[in-house]
Amino acid sequence: MTGTIHPITMPKWGLAMTEGLLAAWTAAEGARIEPGTEIVDIETSKITNALESQVAGTLRRRVAEEGQTLPVGALLGVVVEGEVAEAELDRFIAAFQAEAAAAAESAAPPPEPKIVQADGRAIRALVTGEGDGVPVVLIHGFGGDLNNWLFTQPSLTGRSVNSIDLPGHGGSGKDVGTGDLAALSSVVLAYMDAAGIARAHLVGHSLGGTVALSLALDAPDRVASATLIAPAGLGAEINGGYIDGFIGAQKRKDLKPHLEALFADPELVTRDLVEDVLKYKRLDGVDAALKAIAGQVFPGGRQAVSLRDRLGTAKVPLQVIWGTADAILPVAHADGLPAGIVVHRFDGKGHMVHMEAAAEVNRLIGDFIQGA
Amino acid sequence: MSRKSFRQAINEALAQEMRRDPRVILMGEDISGGSGAPGEQDAWGGPLGVTKGLHKEFGPGRVLDTPITESAFIGAAAGAAASGLRPVAELMFVDFMGVCFDQIFNQAAKFRYMFGGKAVTPLTIRTMYGAGFRAAAQHSQCLYPLFTHIPGLKCVIPSSPYEAKGLLIQAIRDDDPVIFFEHKVLYDMEEEVPDEPYTIPFGEANLVREGGDVTIVAIGRMVQMAKAAADMLAKEGIDCTIIDPRTTSPLDLDTILESVEETGRLVVVDEASPRCNMATDISAQVADHAFASLKAPIKMVSPPHTPVPFAAALEDLYVPNADKVAAAVRTVMGAPGRREAAE
Repeated sequence: MTGTIHPITMPKWGLAMTEGLLAAWTAAEGARIEPGTEIVDIETSKITNALESQVAGTLRRRVAEEGQTLPVGALLGVVVEGEVAEAELDRFIAAFQAEAAAAAESAAPPPEPKIVQADGRAIRALVTGEGDGVPVVLIHGFGGDLNNWLFTQPSLTGRSVNSIDLPGHGGSGKDVGTGDLAALSSVVLAYMDAAGIARAHLVGHSLGGTVALSLALDAPDRVASATLIAPAGLGAEINGGYIDGFIGAQKRKDLKPHLEALFADPELVTRDLVEDVLKYKRLDGVDAALKAIAGQVFPGGRQAVSLRDRLGTAKVPLQVIWGTADAILPVAHADGLPAGIVVHRFDGKGHMVHMEAAAEVNRLIGDFIQGA
Repeated sequence: MSRKSFRQAINEALAQEMRRDPRVILMGEDISGGSGAPGEQDAWGGPLGVTKGLHKEFGPGRVLDTPITESAFIGAAAGAAASGLRPVAELMFVDFMGVCFDQIFNQAAKFRYMFGGKAVTPLTIRTMYGAGFRAAAQHSQCLYPLFTHIPGLKCVIPSSPYEAKGLLIQAIRDDDPVIFFEHKVLYDMEEEVPDEPYTIPFGEANLVREGGDVTIVAIGRMVQMAKAAADMLAKEGIDCTIIDPRTTSPLDLDTILESVEETGRLVVVDEASPRCNMATDISAQVADHAFASLKAPIKMVSPPHTPVPFAAALEDLYVPNADKVAAAVRTVMGAPGRREAAE
């Protein structure tokens, strides 16, 4: 055997995913595969996404069939680099499946989020990954939670990866203090202190992007790099109707159209996604927390915080990622940034560009962290 | 967030609301266990252990064992609600409500209306209902249609632990009398339930499952039967929407109508006796408002019009199950045997 066999397996997207439906093969048997080539479409009750190859080679076998529902880690297909005989391939597939069946018997439980006491606040965090690399901290946006990073978190390797819930969000305490940017940023630093993280690569989305940027500017010794995905804080405009609508919606029917505005493709908003957000919004204290934060950061449908003028003074590497079809924060805010800040625009993707173009955004984050 | 049983979810809702609001008190038969008698206090926490531990935390001043006199203590709870407390009365079995109908139907339900909106009655009555417990004809009924019939009462029928906690907290915070129905067979059902307090608004149905072929409306424990049926039917290529109204009063008719307008087919699953139950009411309202959308006659799945049998084999036949729901769905889908099944 002179070639290398790469198994393509059912991914795990998010805490709740235990199995996925192979909706469609998008690559033919015999097709040339590069890193980033879409191989199959996977559907779960929460989300549908294309699985992209991490490796190069030839798609030699489609092992799983369209319409099959398979557990996380199950063999979907086989990509081969170089020369491998058919018999060798058969042996590999049989051995892999036997091993997977045995592993399923004694599988370690998936990582669970934990509550970390950070400067007197309960902060929920999901920590994955290991290695000596500088850790990553993922910071979601307004009304979001750590599950928004379901495609991002597993892709970052060689270091600890910490997705956290901001105060007032997800499973964290619902007291947001003043609810202004300084309050949110100080909580991220307090989490890093509590978790023993001296310096981190920050990745922030939307409101979390402003938090990451403010830390990059004000605490550069704690920040190795900042990736800002559709960040707030770079201009005055924001879709105020979205903010008010998200806070005000009590019912599924009222909430759904607002969640659809987050994505260029509204089909991505499933019944389960709406239900998860409703479950969050029903918790005691959430309504007051969201109103407090919005009142400080987005009063009257405008952004109160602009860090644009300070970008030139940044001492840490910054990159900006934006979808051109963002209906919440205009992609125009990425124009005219100081030279040295790398800007990536994704045609036709919405505010949740890290979910809608997950593989490419993951690659940009991974490469940026490696280079920083 | 952690896995909790239906029983634990209700216990947690009571404890959290009692901690939050000193006006919340509990009343009921044997809920603190052994008051006034020698021996261990709080030995049971009610006949099925739902209030276990609350007497210890909140004491005899807020967890009141009552005599076996529903007419007296339900009346007392209504009066306490009208004069500033937020009582949660436990009426062990809904079957016993007959002796205190006046207190509920003519008093608690009417206060707000007859005092010109100047009185509120924040009374919650928790009660067990439903068959499947080998408890015979006097301890197995589903009397929620009777209470749904009375303007001024709110009727809540949770279908799972998550639903039970959020709906009970909403009931305790609500300023009107609420009858809260707990199915005995669900007490050991477990699922993820947030540790924090939360509320689920009344009058908003839960869209349990989305499918384009048929709408199944199911109430309380019957949601489990509908889910099992939908899993079976999915393998036959029939995609079901399942709607859990959560509350029969107020009833979220809009969600049901919108779904029927999409699917054109309706099956209503109700464990209550078949005459004048929620299945007949919902079917009538859909026929009234969305007849033009229907592609097939509405099908109702309910028990026969008979007392709940004590004999185990007969009780099992009595309660609607997944097979009966699936058969009804196949009928409205126009499957073979439609004439026989339609009877």
